[in-house]
Amino acid sequence: MKYVDEFRDGDTARALARVIRAEINPERNYRLMEFCGGHTHAIFRFGIVDLMPDNIRFIHGPGCPVCVLPAGRIEAAIRLVEEEDVILCTYADLMRVPAGKKDSLQKAKARGGDIRMIYSPTDALSLARENPQREVVFFAIGFETTTPPTAAAIKIAEAEEISNFSVFCNHVETPPAMMHILTAGDAKIDGILGPSHVSTIIGSNAYADCCDKYRVPLVIAGFEPLDVIQSVLMLVRQINAGVARVENQYTRAVSETGNEKAKVLMHEVFEQRPQFEWRGLGVLPNSAVQIRSEFADFDAEKRFGMKEIATADIKGCICPAVLRGMNNPDECKLFGTACTPEDPKGACMVSSEGACAAYYSYGRYRSAEATA
Amino acid sequence: MCLAVPARVVELNGDSAIVDLDGIRKETSTLLLDEVAIGDYVLIHVGYALERIDPLEAAKTLKLFDELKAMDAEA
Repeated sequence: MKYVDEFRDGDTARALARVIRAEINPERNYRLMEFCGGHTHAIFRFGIVDLMPDNIRFIHGPGCPVCVLPAGRIEAAIRLVEEEDVILCTYADLMRVPAGKKDSLQKAKARGGDIRMIYSPTDALSLARENPQREVVFFAIGFETTTPPTAAAIKIAEAEEISNFSVFCNHVETPPAMMHILTAGDAKIDGILGPSHVSTIIGSNAYADCCDKYRVPLVIAGFEPLDVIQSVLMLVRQINAGVARVENQYTRAVSETGNEKAKVLMHEVFEQRPQFEWRGLGVLPNSAVQIRSEFADFDAEKRFGMKEIATADIKGCICPAVLRGMNNPDECKLFGTACTPEDPKGACMVSSEGACAAYYSYGRYRSAEATA
Repeated sequence: MCLAVPARVVELNGDSAIVDLDGIRKETSTLLLDEVAIGDYVLIHVGYALERIDPLEAAKTLKLFDELKAMDAEA
């Protein structure tokens, strides 16, 4: 596939890794946080972690929307299905995420709840058109990559007067989460691999504050393995030179200002939410969006008077520490025993992009060999 | 979640396009793009084209890989 295969060449990957080895300072560690679950996945799937010298460590960030969604939001969605009899539309990743009381959307569906897995918000609109007598709610999650398509769906619903369609908005924002991790300082971070597709929307300038305020270099990196390895080299060079600026490796898709049309649409439909709870990070101010009052008719939280539901963390699960970059997944007692991708306890094991699922799928044999 | 795949635009109909994804044809919204032409490669995410792929920038990145490879060969 064009723009995929040429960024996956093994010989080039090994050559780039040798250049990194030649340039690193063996006297120090390089702790690099990949913010996105997509990068975590690439690092394990393509064996990048094995190509890197030992003093380059990857710290896994919270950029997995499924992983950071608190269980209470899923419970609230299940209530909509069971008490309001809505058709709930959701991306497949959310189906198996554990909610409170050992429940999940998948279990609610098995009990007879009308929950549909969709590929695009436009599929939810089609369902609303086809079922005018039913309320159709789109359970929207995701970072800035996924927010503009939700905004577009709301605009279409408004234009076509699709009055039985609404959105349960759980969209979150990348720079505030990044700033939070850097402020908290739990995980010492020398450099950040910045998001690929979030950045196509918000642009590379959006991270300038992170670099300036915390003196941490950031390189926006594509998701293909050569993109990741080249970005690591760019970070190593910045760290060695003692500079901290935003650099863009993924120039074929990311500009300084991002996708203006998508940003305008996003701001037209959404406004900043005063605060939002993130699984693992707690309640963060100004870190998510909500539907503007002009579009209140399409806001499921308002339409159904949805309430916040508090749920306790899962006993023994260290997802919160994993999401803050403080622990590796294999340091969790539940990892690979009580918690597996087939029967996940924590959210980081559910999504294939979660750090625990990446470790389980591609990394656990490696750790076992290393300790043997 | 934020994965997006590159696909080639083969047909345009107003705010939507048919893209070719390694032989698979799929309808995609182009609502988020200002300009799109047949033959362009776009990044597809949840049924929307997020951005055009800039072929010149892609070529530059590949050239950089070659330069780094040459550096490695000399070392």
